[in-house]
Parts: sequence; C-alpha cells; structure tokens
Amino acid sequence: MIFATYNIKGGVGKTTAAVNLAYLSAADGNRTLLWDLDPQGAASFLFRIKPRVKGGGKALIRGTKALDDAIKGTDFDDLDLIPADFTYRNMDLLLGGADKKPTRRIAQLLRPLAAEYDHVFLDCPPSISLVSENVMHAADVLVVPLIPTTLSVRTLDQLTEFVAGFSGHRPQVCAFFSMVDRRKRLHLEIIKTLQAERADVAATPIPALSLIERMSVERAPITAFAPRSVAARAYRDLWTELTKDI
Amino acid sequence: MPGLRGFVLEALPGDEEDLFSAVLAVLGQSFTVATDPDARGGGERRRTWLDTFDWRLYRAGLMLQFEQARRGGRLLLSRTDGTPQAEQAVTSWPRRPPLDLPEGPVRDRIAVLISPRALLPIVRAVSTASVTRLLNADGKTVARLTADHITVTAPSRAATTAELAPRLAVAEVRGYPGPARKATALLAGLPGVAYASQDVFIAALTALGRHPADYSSSVAAEITAEMPAPVAVARLLLRLLDTLESNVDGVLRDIDTEFLHDLRVAVRRTRSAIKLLGVVLPDELAAHYKDEFKWLGDVTTPVRDLDVHLLGFDAVAGRLEAASPADLEPLRVFLAQRRVREFRRLATALRGPRVRAIADDWRKALLEIRDTGASRRRRPTAEALALSTTGLAFRRIAAQGGSITPESPPESLHDLRKRAKELRYLLEFFAPLHDPVAYRKVVGDLKQLQDCLGDFQDSEVQRDEIRTLADAMLAERTAPAATLLAMGEIAAKLARSQAEARDEFAARFARFAGPDGRERVRVLLEGRL
Repeated sequence: MIFATYNIKGGVGKTTAAVNLAYLSAADGNRTLLWDLDPQGAASFLFRIKPRVKGGGKALIRGTKALDDAIKGTDFDDLDLIPADFTYRNMDLLLGGADKKPTRRIAQLLRPLAAEYDHVFLDCPPSISLVSENVMHAADVLVVPLIPTTLSVRTLDQLTEFVAGFSGHRPQVCAFFSMVDRRKRLHLEIIKTLQAERADVAATPIPALSLIERMSVERAPITAFAPRSVAARAYRDLWTELTKDI
Repeated sequence: MPGLRGFVLEALPGDEEDLFSAVLAVLGQSFTVATDPDARGGGERRRTWLDTFDWRLYRAGLMLQFEQARRGGRLLLSRTDGTPQAEQAVTSWPRRPPLDLPEGPVRDRIAVLISPRALLPIVRAVSTASVTRLLNADGKTVARLTADHITVTAPSRAATTAELAPRLAVAEVRGYPGPARKATALLAGLPGVAYASQDVFIAALTALGRHPADYSSSVAAEITAEMPAPVAVARLLLRLLDTLESNVDGVLRDIDTEFLHDLRVAVRRTRSAIKLLGVVLPDELAAHYKDEFKWLGDVTTPVRDLDVHLLGFDAVAGRLEAASPADLEPLRVFLAQRRVREFRRLATALRGPRVRAIADDWRKALLEIRDTGASRRRRPTAEALALSTTGLAFRRIAAQGGSITPESPPESLHDLRKRAKELRYLLEFFAPLHDPVAYRKVVGDLKQLQDCLGDFQDSEVQRDEIRTLADAMLAERTAPAATLLAMGEIAAKLARSQAEARDEFAARFARFAGPDGRERVRVLLEGRL
C-alpha cells in the first residue's frame, strides 16, 4: 500500500504526519519505506539521515542508480528511508524529460520495491507540480492534512476534483485536520461541519501542540520518543482509522 | 542480517567482562556506543540442532536448526556454510524423540534423505544476546554490535553442559556499509578478539567433546599392514563392539529401525571376524564369543524381520494387481502387534546380564590383546593375515559357485551367499590396507553378485514368512479372506522375483569369478606386495 502526504500549501503538518505514520506502520510489524521527496529534507533530518543521494535526483529518476541503492536504514526496525536531496528541487524538469509518461515515473520506480515493503510513504513537497501529480498517480491513499480554515476546505475540493479526473488508477483521498487549536471557535466549527458533510475527512484531528514541534529537537518521531503523549495517541488513532479497511 | 561478521572473545573464564569493556572502549574511539535493551535480536534465544543418528543431513552438507518461540517455533535448514535452504513453522514439537516432521518445505527437502531414520536433537543451545548501537556524530545508529553468551547442552541421558566463548557480531545498518567495516576492523585489531572460524553448532559439538559425523556404521578400524595380526584383529573387533554398543540405547528407546539394523550388522561382522580371523585369538576366547554373538544375533532377528515387512509394506501393497492395498491392512495390524510383543522380548534380553557380560568382558579381553599383542612372540602381520584369509575366501567362492548348475538346489546358492558376505566383510575389515581403486573394482563386482544372491534368498525367506504369518493369522482368526488372497499374490510375486534372480545368477557369477574378475582380485591382493 502506498500512502502519500500531500497539500498544496506548506507548513500544514505534512512531514510530521508522514514521519509518525510511517513509524507506526513499522511498529505494527509492517516493512515500511518513507521517501522524502521534499528538497528541504525535513523527514530525513528527523531521522538523523543526511539529505543526500549519490548522483542526486537525476540518477534516481533516470534509473542510472537503482532506488534500492539509495535506501538507508533508520534507527527503527522495519523502517527505511530514501533521503531527500537538494537536486529534488529540479525534479519537475527531470520528470518532464525522462519518459514518455512523465506523470507515471515515480509509480514505475517504486514497482520493484513492492515485494520488499508492505507500506511505502511518500512525503511530497507542497505545490502543484509534475512531482505531486506523479505522487498522486503512484499513491493508493492521499493523506491530506488540513488546517481548519475556509480556504483549506476549498483546497480539498480542488484536489478531489483533480483526482476524479484521472483515468484508470485513482487514489483514495483521506483528509484529516492538522494543527487544530481547540481554543479557536472557528477551528471547532469547521471541523464539526466538514466531518458531518464529507466522508473523506478523518474523525481524528491532530492537535497543535508544542510537543510536536519538539520533534525537530529530539530528531525522532513523537510516537517513538513520547509514545503516551496526547499527540502520539492522536497519530495512533489516525493510523488506525487509515488502515481499518486494509 | 547484512554485513554480519562474527568474532569470538578468547578470554579466560571470568575475564569476559573486562574484555567486553575493552571492546566498547575501542569502538568508543569512533562511535558513540549506546546499549539497547529492547533491540530486536536481543534477549534469550533457544535453539536445537537436529540430525539423524548417522548424520545424514550433515553428510549431505546440510544443518537443521529448530528455533524455539513462545509457542512452537521455526525449523531452519541451511547448508553447512550457513546458506539458507528452507524453513517452516512448527506449531508444536515433541519433547522426546522420535521427532516426526510436520508437512512443509523443510520436510519436502529432507524426507527422502533421512528415511527411514528419525531426527534426534544433537545439541541444544540457550543464548542471551545484548545489542549495542553504534552512533555517528548526528546520533544516528549506523551499525549494531551483538554480544551472544551461549550455553550448550548435549541432550543425552547424562546431559553435559558447556559454555561457549562469547560471540560478537557487527551488523550493518542498511545504506551504511562503511561504519560496519570500520567497527569490524577495530574489533579485529583488538587482542583477545578473534574471527569466529566455527559455526555455533560445530563450536558447541567441540565444547561437548564431539565432532560432526562422529558415528558411522562402517568398520574403519585403525589398522596398518605391519601391525601384528592379533592387535589388528582386536582393534577391528573393538571398533565393532563400539558400534554395537552405541546403538543399544537407540534400539531400547525404539527411535527408528536402523539402530537395530546397525547393531545386527555389527554382530554379524563380529561373528564373521571371529570365524575367519579368530585363529589369531586365544582358542577358548574365540569359541566362547562365537556362541555369545550367535545368541545375540538370534535374539534380534524376530524384531528385524518384522521391521523389514513393515518398512516395505506400502511398496508391496502398492504393487498389488489383483488385490487392493486395503485388503492388506489386517496384515499390517498383525505385524505391528507382533512387533510390540517381540520388542518386549528383545528389550529384556538387551537389558539383561548376558549382554552386559558380552560388552564388559569381551571389551576387557580385546583391550588386553590390543595392548599386549605387540610385545608377544612374533606373529603374522595384519597384511599377511589379510592376504591369506581374503585369498582363501575368494578361492572358496570361485570353487563353490563354479559347481552350481541350473539344477542345483536353492541351498547351494544360500550357502554361496554366506561365503560372499564373509569375503565382503574381510575386504571391509582390511580396507585400509588395500589400494582404493583395486578395492572398489572388486567390491563392485562382489556387490552385484551379493545383490543377486540376496534377492534369491530373501524372496524365498519372505515367501516362507508370508505362509507362516498366514497360518498364525488364521489361528488367531484375524485374517479375512481378502487379506489371505492378497498375501497369496505377494507370495506369487516373490516366487517370480526369485526365479528372475536365479536367471541372473550365472552372468553375475561369471563377472565376479571369471578371468577378468580373477585378475581384479589378483591385482588387489598382489598389487601392494
């Protein structure tokens, strides 16, 4: 199963979701791979892995370096990572020039790893680009973090429409509320309305907590360093929700 | 685990902890070391290595390991170099042998190889592993060091235990080959740390005073050409006595049928050796033990005969044409019940004073000859004895077999079979003195002849046994008509195969004792003079 965390906007909790959900997947005994596609390399940083791939994104996309060779073991059993690389910032160009089907290249690259991993997580950079389109074609589930604002609801609508336009394989869209501040009435109202109206919004919100920010200090998933915390439990509930039908 | 490299700590008992501290200190020069009590691969691990009594797996280049889990466990089959071959889950495992393998890939791979032998636990090991993470400057785990403390036990009655030297292994974290190489190099350079040259299984055997494949039913006595004949014969007989004794426990525990078979072969070989080579032993000794071993052979016969019927039962039933295999089932039940009775008799005899006396007194007498024979007055050498007895045995077969015509009674072939077996034993006894190539040629011809004579006699014996069994089953009213008819069909098939063996005889004998065969024997006996 391929999960991708995606949002057109940055800073909405995409990487923290990818890192914690991938950790929980591995902790459940699933052989799990996380590909940090964001040139900023936040997921790589959180696992203390240098954001560097020999030959850069070019070698991976062109296939001169096997994806397999770029994989690094994390500190956790059953959890591996393909690090980010600064050259990923040009990935659109690489994808565009690589193949007859430029939107399917990432799916194609992941295919040989299907036997080795039970779950793959793609941590996608923000923006709408050829990279995100690739990710959407490769993913079985698009995990979309939403900050509870009116604007972000529009974003979800746009995304759902965009995916609905795909011919053939379409990922399932599963949004969840991220960075929720329970003291803000607007947050609570939007959550309530949207969860009532839409089936593709998860029941579990992820709260805005300073402990989540501590991840960058601890350089580990919160589910690993503070597994009993409210935040870790929220990610656990979200993971249970995401996998209940698998 | 990728990049696994094994070391042993060659510390004196009690000094292991100091040495391990030195290991951590040297690794600490390049890495931050952090113990990881919850790591996968840490904690206690229980393993049992399995093989047949005669090491059929090991001899075929295989090792079988049972790794115990909370419930059941896994069977892991590998080559002796550690390459995995097959594995299967086992839900439960009997505490005592015989260990019947449940269906699965391991069983598929080895069933034919080990049949009809049973698997036995050879070594048990309990290991306690602790894992230390090696971290780089970013605090990232880049390699793992596992230290394994292993206690091994021989699961025999007098269970002996030994501690193995602690084992260290560096495991690579995927994508970080460099740090694992570096850690390995650091360990390799530390005094008291050596590369592990032996697999845990082999190291365990060594620690328990054993070695792989330390049982074989072959004669393989340590004799030389110049050795005084009585010393060589005593060595030979001692070796046969060892084989005999090492099978008694397996017979009594009824682990598999081959313990009794090997015991009987050792008895037969002993009887032949006493008969053919006993001339170099004190007269009264040879005469007494000739009778003792005849008795021992005889008490083992009924169970073995029943084993032969039961082992070949399915094959025989499968070849029935007129009758159905199901018709024979009452015979199987009858044979099995009989075996229970006969086995009880056999066990009583084997546990009795007469067998103990044979084992103890015979060994004592042989040891004395072995240790004093060299100093006595000049006797023939082992080589002279080998030449005279082997030559005589061959000439006897040539003469006896040459006089057999199609009209000769079956007894003449039965008698020739005995002579052929005696020659075969003589060749095996003195195998270390012969040229291997010439030996193989003569034994090859002889084996062909023996097979033919064996088929001829066994068919007759089995036919007679079928008749006796039918009588007994009728007397006990346990034989339905269909069973008796099926047994009749088997008897008819046996008569046919006996006739075929008889037709084959002339050609096989001519190959063995004709001009070419004689020449091969001449080369064997004279070639080394």
